[in-house]
Amino acid sequence: MKPFLLHSYLAVVAARFRMLLQYRVAALAGVATQIFWGCIKLMVLGAFYAVAVTTPPMTFTAIVAYVWLGQVLIGLLPWNHDPELQELFTSGGVAYELLRPLDLYWFWFARTLAFRTAPTLLRMIPGVIFAVLVLPMIGLPEWALPPPASIAHGLMFSVSFIATVMLSCAITILITISMFWLIEARGLSTFMYGVVPVFSGMIVPLPLFPDWMQPFLHWQPFRGLCDVPFRIYSGDIPLSMATQEITLQLLWVVVLIAAGYSLISFARVRLVVQGG
Amino acid sequence: MPQILVEGLSKTFRIAERKPGLWGAFGGLLHRRYRSVDALREVSFSIDEGELVGYIGPNGAGKSTTIKILSGILVPNSGRCEIQGRVPWKQRREHVATIGVVFGQRTQLWWDLPVIESFDLLRDIYRIPGSIYQSNRDELIDMLDLGSLLDVPVRQLSLGQRVRCDIAAALLHNPSILFLDEPTIGLDAVSQLSVRAFIKKICREQNVTVLLTTHDLDDIEALCDRILVLNDGRLLLDGTIADLRDRYGDSRYVAVELESITSVASAHESLVVERSESHILFSVESDVPRFVDEVLRLYPVKDLLITHPPIERVVASMYQAERVDQ
Repeated sequence: MKPFLLHSYLAVVAARFRMLLQYRVAALAGVATQIFWGCIKLMVLGAFYAVAVTTPPMTFTAIVAYVWLGQVLIGLLPWNHDPELQELFTSGGVAYELLRPLDLYWFWFARTLAFRTAPTLLRMIPGVIFAVLVLPMIGLPEWALPPPASIAHGLMFSVSFIATVMLSCAITILITISMFWLIEARGLSTFMYGVVPVFSGMIVPLPLFPDWMQPFLHWQPFRGLCDVPFRIYSGDIPLSMATQEITLQLLWVVVLIAAGYSLISFARVRLVVQGG
Repeated sequence: MPQILVEGLSKTFRIAERKPGLWGAFGGLLHRRYRSVDALREVSFSIDEGELVGYIGPNGAGKSTTIKILSGILVPNSGRCEIQGRVPWKQRREHVATIGVVFGQRTQLWWDLPVIESFDLLRDIYRIPGSIYQSNRDELIDMLDLGSLLDVPVRQLSLGQRVRCDIAAALLHNPSILFLDEPTIGLDAVSQLSVRAFIKKICREQNVTVLLTTHDLDDIEALCDRILVLNDGRLLLDGTIADLRDRYGDSRYVAVELESITSVASAHESLVVERSESHILFSVESDVPRFVDEVLRLYPVKDLLITHPPIERVVASMYQAERVDQ
């Protein structure tokens, strides 16, 4: 077994990242939608909070942080997959991928990492500017993205956020791997499109779901995509609980990477390259 | 031990079938029927270091499947394959680091990146030491005349330019074996000649072993001392081009140019391959001197040329002979 040579994989991330940064117009087109949805969600949730008869499970500040972090980081959600990898499957280019002296899983992980982060970075910047600076200026300071609850929360958020990125990549790769069997991942992507936003907390923050759903919501993997890092940020998850939550996130990362890794080795044996 | 050893290699693909039409589509949901296709049946050969071997056969014969097994991409159903002492699909990563592969119909370069950036990325992926990379790259750029293409994104290259870049990309890491899957497909005459000259050169000068699949038999005649002929997953011939001619094409073409338009004698009609107003092309199986004698007597001959039949004809007659045998 050769040593794990990070350099090659990082070169793949860097190259793909640079390539994806070229698609600035597409990214900007998404920004307006993100901001629009952020405002709509805050109006709806704000209305509920105004008429709440019992104390809601989260403070409104925590909700605001949750909504804006979700909107600016929406590109991280693993509900689609890299069209470049899709193209490899339909055109038979997957043959060239196997010609590289790289482990196929980590090779694709590197590509996926770039695919998830580069567009997100592009879309994040205008979103953050709006949520942090523009909202207070137009007289809506209570809707603005607050800073982390404390420096310690901020640091814990960073750790949790790294786990989020890994988790998102691990799930995205599973969608990609399904193409070994399905050739087209559109069906599975459509399914993920319904499941991921709900169970990650992107649509409605998970603590606002009914109590009977909470045990299930707590343990499922998608929660690590939004709920955990966003609530650590706002202090809704106290520091004493943060380590435990991040551990759960990482546990899912390990499980899903292991699943992807073994599926890829299994698929390799029965691979058929399309198009001769 | 030969550098490439293949013994009894077989590969079967399972292809899902469905009946045509709407009912067929519904039926496919309930239970699927599979059809087995034997892409390779018990293929054996060995290749020594520095050989330049042509691998020919009609579409669907199994040429690409062989290349993909030899490069570790596909796993065969049975049989043995060792390349430089490694089993390609088991020690894939170590194996692919020592081979170069070009699929003429696809590119290994990154579509949106300038050529030079693709090369740099390959340097990182193959972990080619800086000085070796630089000298290899500069040499390849020089030999394949890529200097003016380096800053062009791959998607803007013409096919000939792209194939030249692809060949360079396959050789940056000093592979000792080069697999070329239809490298000259779709190329114009000039590009074809330059690609051929280059292949010959690296084989001679750097002792790179080359296995080349092609439909273009001119490639084979220009390049290869040895050919492997595959049909329907079976190896039909392993030998030289002369062997191929001996076995399947031991006739001569007699091309005649006429002074004036003349009709062909009835005894010769069955021998005519092509005929235009002032030219007749005969294919003669035996006793060529006597035939030529007759021709000179019967027709107003202006010029006459005796040649081997083109290799396309030979191969076509071989495929036909095999089909009749089955």
